[in-house]
Amino acid sequence: MDQFYGIFLYVISLLTMGGIYAILALGLNIQWGFTGLFNAGIAGFFAIGAYVSALLTTAPSLRHLGGYELPYIVSFAVAMAVSGIIAWGVGKVCLKLRADYLAIATIGIAEIFRLILKNETWATNGPRGVSMIPKPFESLPEPWNQLAFLGLILATVVAIYFLLETARRSPWGRVMTAIRENEKSAMAAGKDIEKFRMEAFVVGCMLMALAGAFIAHYLKFIGPNATDPMTSTFLVWVMLVVGGSANNKGAILGAFLMWAIWSASEILTSRLPDELAIRTAYIRIFLIGLALQIFLQKFPKGIFPEVRPKPERREVVTESNASR
Amino acid sequence: MIEFLNFYLIPGLVLGSIYALGAIGITLTFSILRFANFAHGETMLLGVYITWSLVQFSGLHPLVVLPVAAMLTVLAVLVIDRAFYKPFRTSPTIMVVIASFGMMLMVRSVVQFFWGVQLKGMTPGIQRPMVFFDSLRISPKHVTIIGATLVLMLAVHYLLSRTKIGKAMRAMSDSPELAKLTGIDTEKVIRMTWIVGGALATAAGVFLAIDTHIDTNMGFKMLLPMFAAAILGGIGRPFGAVAGGLIIGVVEEISSYPWIGTEPLLNPGYKAGVAFAIMIAMLLWRPSGLFKGKVF
Repeated sequence: MDQFYGIFLYVISLLTMGGIYAILALGLNIQWGFTGLFNAGIAGFFAIGAYVSALLTTAPSLRHLGGYELPYIVSFAVAMAVSGIIAWGVGKVCLKLRADYLAIATIGIAEIFRLILKNETWATNGPRGVSMIPKPFESLPEPWNQLAFLGLILATVVAIYFLLETARRSPWGRVMTAIRENEKSAMAAGKDIEKFRMEAFVVGCMLMALAGAFIAHYLKFIGPNATDPMTSTFLVWVMLVVGGSANNKGAILGAFLMWAIWSASEILTSRLPDELAIRTAYIRIFLIGLALQIFLQKFPKGIFPEVRPKPERREVVTESNASR
Repeated sequence: MIEFLNFYLIPGLVLGSIYALGAIGITLTFSILRFANFAHGETMLLGVYITWSLVQFSGLHPLVVLPVAAMLTVLAVLVIDRAFYKPFRTSPTIMVVIASFGMMLMVRSVVQFFWGVQLKGMTPGIQRPMVFFDSLRISPKHVTIIGATLVLMLAVHYLLSRTKIGKAMRAMSDSPELAKLTGIDTEKVIRMTWIVGGALATAAGVFLAIDTHIDTNMGFKMLLPMFAAAILGGIGRPFGAVAGGLIIGVVEEISSYPWIGTEPLLNPGYKAGVAFAIMIAMLLWRPSGLFKGKVF
């Protein structure tokens, strides 16, 4: 019985983490899938959300800034706003240029943010990180607290999914695709390309910050090395490419699938002897990289290919129609 | 003043030379293959570890085994290009950027798997610096690095300006379509680009390892300064990249000099941010760089 309970808890944690990654993948999907923007600094925006929300909700501590004990709804909103403002700044510099420059700049901003987290110990407790972060529903008895948190995450994923699907079918979404497919003709149609790109970039980064806030509260701890910045950025990319770029269902499926593989393979390798376990951890990264390359080359559309919204049928107004 | 030279300017020039060598590869790939190669830092990393193994195996000085290590690294890079970049030659270039992004982690994990993650040293022991005029101290390894960098840059200059393949590389960087029309073998040019970039990256990595130590993050740490150097100099301008590398290396080091009062002007913990700041400033003010490079 205990064993089943253990498996039950493991599945809950798997789904919770998968859901958080699904939010990240959906955020990247707005940027890369719909608009063709290359964000290589996902971990940076993720960390911004995690730290802002953590510092705003924790009890006073001598080790780091904070002690505001604000409600979650406020801390989440501020976390998203801060990330959005930073994204706007980065976008202002890079969105006019080709995607490569945005990739370089976002990787840079993620690095800068990591430097700040490490060096400004008065605010962030440096490499030791922020602990004792409150977690929603933690006063409920086990396992209901875990289930309630999972419910919150899944509800958020579903809500974001429906919002993004609506946006995708709207004229706004169609302009995005138009820009991705043919920038010049979109420009010729009178669309303000930089403005649309900026919107996609900012909204995507805000979702990444939301996922960051969730992870800080879920793990109750966040440090500059909580997740290796490149590995987490990279995982999200693999999730989206495998699941299917420009398809929100694909992004969600990719997130759960890749997270399950990632997490299950960790369990397998951790059973090996120590020395071997450390080394095989690198094989995991290698293999997941190889999976990305194979999908890029052989199945660039992913598991769920993009489905373009059908144009609405319009009644053709002819003279006979008009006179009726 | 002499302290400034000994501890800030000369280390800055050494670091700058290393960035410069790496940035040449970045700027060539960016202008000839038309993509930002995220795996360039890891090429450097691979080169360093191959060199380290050869040094352990043969007991020779790193600079002696460097040509062999560079050849092996170039071979690996050519295999990577064939398997992972070539299929995207006709696709939108962003696909190769993603592929190189994935390659970055793949190469690093291979290095971590085979060589482990412990710190290593390239040359054993501490060298006594040479003292000039009673106070100017230069360590022999710094003289070696700057000297070897000069030799390599002269070689690159000769290659690009005097040889047929070098001219073809410049032509393709200016206009790939036109280069193809004039009958230039573009695959050959691409191969040469990887050879030059891979060899210089190995050299840069080995110089950095001689100056400091070896660890598996050194490639990633070099990536941002190298991109910044390439953008500062202007994409497609190898000598712009050299100038950019030297500027960024020197500015990084002298940014922590106590210019005002006795405290370092910039907390040395933020040294790595200098390159980023310079790059952003350049993208805002003049994306074509100091030497009128390309803007995509």
